Amino acid sequence: MAEYAGDALMICKAGFVYSEDFNSYRFRDDHPFNQLRVTMTKELLEVEQALQAEHFLKPRKATDEELKLIHSSKYIDAVKRASNGLLTEDEGMEYGIGTEDTPIFKGMHDASALLVGSTLTAIDAVLEGKYEHALNLGGGLHHGFERKASGFCIYNDGAVGIEYIRQKYNYRVLYVDTDAHHGDGVQWSFYDDPNVCTFSIHETGRYLFPGTGNVSERGLKEGYGYSFNLPIDAFTEDESFLELYESAFRDIVEFFKPDVIVTQNGADAHYYDPLTHLCSTMEIYERIPALAHELSHRYCEGRWIALGGGGYDIWRVVPRAWAQIWKVMTTNKPFAGSIPKSWKEKWQGKSPVELPDTWQDPSGIYKPIPRKDEITEKNRKVLEKSMQFIHNQKKYNNFT
Amino acid sequence: MLVEEVMKKDVIKMAPTETIGKALKLLNEYHIRHLPIVDEDNQVIGIVSDRDVRDASPSIFENDPDPEELKNEISSIMTSPVITVHPLDFMEEVASIFYEHEIACVPVTKEDKLVGMITEKDMLYTLIQLTGTNVQSSQIEIKVENRPGMLPKVTQVFGQRKVNISSVLIYPYKPDSRYKIIVFRIQTMNPMPIINNLKEVGYEVLWPNMPGMPS
Repeated sequence: MAEYAGDALMICKAGFVYSEDFNSYRFRDDHPFNQLRVTMTKELLEVEQALQAEHFLKPRKATDEELKLIHSSKYIDAVKRASNGLLTEDEGMEYGIGTEDTPIFKGMHDASALLVGSTLTAIDAVLEGKYEHALNLGGGLHHGFERKASGFCIYNDGAVGIEYIRQKYNYRVLYVDTDAHHGDGVQWSFYDDPNVCTFSIHETGRYLFPGTGNVSERGLKEGYGYSFNLPIDAFTEDESFLELYESAFRDIVEFFKPDVIVTQNGADAHYYDPLTHLCSTMEIYERIPALAHELSHRYCEGRWIALGGGGYDIWRVVPRAWAQIWKVMTTNKPFAGSIPKSWKEKWQGKSPVELPDTWQDPSGIYKPIPRKDEITEKNRKVLEKSMQFIHNQKKYNNFT
Repeated sequence: MLVEEVMKKDVIKMAPTETIGKALKLLNEYHIRHLPIVDEDNQVIGIVSDRDVRDASPSIFENDPDPEELKNEISSIMTSPVITVHPLDFMEEVASIFYEHEIACVPVTKEDKLVGMITEKDMLYTLIQLTGTNVQSSQIEIKVENRPGMLPKVTQVFGQRKVNISSVLIYPYKPDSRYKIIVFRIQTMNPMPIINNLKEVGYEVLWPNMPGMPS
């Protein structure tokens, strides 16, 4: 096992879960959720020679039994019927299927079960000890509920995966969700479970879906104190985002002392993302995996499983952001400099926007935010409130 | 929303002859702040708040294990007559009563018998339901001219897009009284197609609405 080496280069053994069939999870041609971004990321990594044959892990499909770790039989049955066009519109509404967000498509059960299975493949790769880390960019569908599809998610692979870890390995799991939307499905699945700690940093739900993820959502019964939320203001920029993320992640990992870390790496907090209002740049997508990497080595003997998630500028943002996860996971150093020409040439024709030339964003991609100071101040208050629970305990422990 | 849909039906109550000590015990045990006092026919004849009871209790600096004050009858400190509401009243009316009388709780009576209680907390719960923030949704705000027929025009767009609305609120646009802001919570993660449709027909959409920021 590699020792964490600070800023130095280090080589970690990691697995990359991938199948062309991820692309079968496709609602409609004009739907913002598009798994083509996974293929684009994979090819970008291949061109950079950061991804070779030995890294690939072939995903399996999740069984019904595994889906039932989180989802109800009736719901799974409804998804199966919808797959074959046998679900009526009224029946679908009850399960959130056939809405504008999660329309019915042929084969939706198989496509969704594959995404769950791919997360289980990543988990087994790490927890059976063959790999230190694993990345499954096909997963991270954090809005799926026990008996309801929502927010582009049918089955919740992260929640199924965490329950699978609990039952098969009995490890304490820290789930860290940096998608711009609140990781509600996973949070509610383990809201009363003290062995699963959920931490989500996201744009406040005042405007943005799903609307939840308040600081006051701390868990229930035995799970009280094991749910953390940092709802940050619209127009938050890199500095403030990273200040909150790094400070909270360090405090939470020290408080909870997990055996394994599962991260949901949605890439929709970028300024270019069409569905959200945050103002991040590529900077956060270097730091987000870097800290997860560091802390997984310090606290979990490296056990870290990273998943995909949201990300709706699939051209300029997602491939770069997700490639950096893999790069940091395997070498502890992000890419820098130019984006390979051959990759850009291949995809430019399909893209409605100019693809980026460099791994980092140039400065000035957006106009200065007039209320930056207020936003930073408000975000700090959010951090303070969210961490109060941990800080109070620390104080108490120091006194006794 | 009707009072009977919101009110608590398991009411902790007292008889006028019971002691202040018992009231103190009930308030602590059930984490409540008001106790209705009823006669043998279950008619509300008075009400006490936690403050009334504490005012009538000995100071915490006294060390008497069995203070005389607490043996007085609750009827000696209760407020009467009591403002009550009916199960078929609206929550909006209850809000006005709370505001005008500066109180935080009313007993609900039917044919003069106590059937429930409504407190400040129930009122806030109603507000959360009305704003729709308790279910998964996105919020968008639309600035429209203050004249008849605007709301159906706007909501048509949501229907065409098959997006369910979880709540609608309308509030005045302060800088210019010729306009109003309609606030929608809609059950979708992707409001972009709707926002584009609304903008195409000339509405000003604020998503998000933050003073000093471009929308």
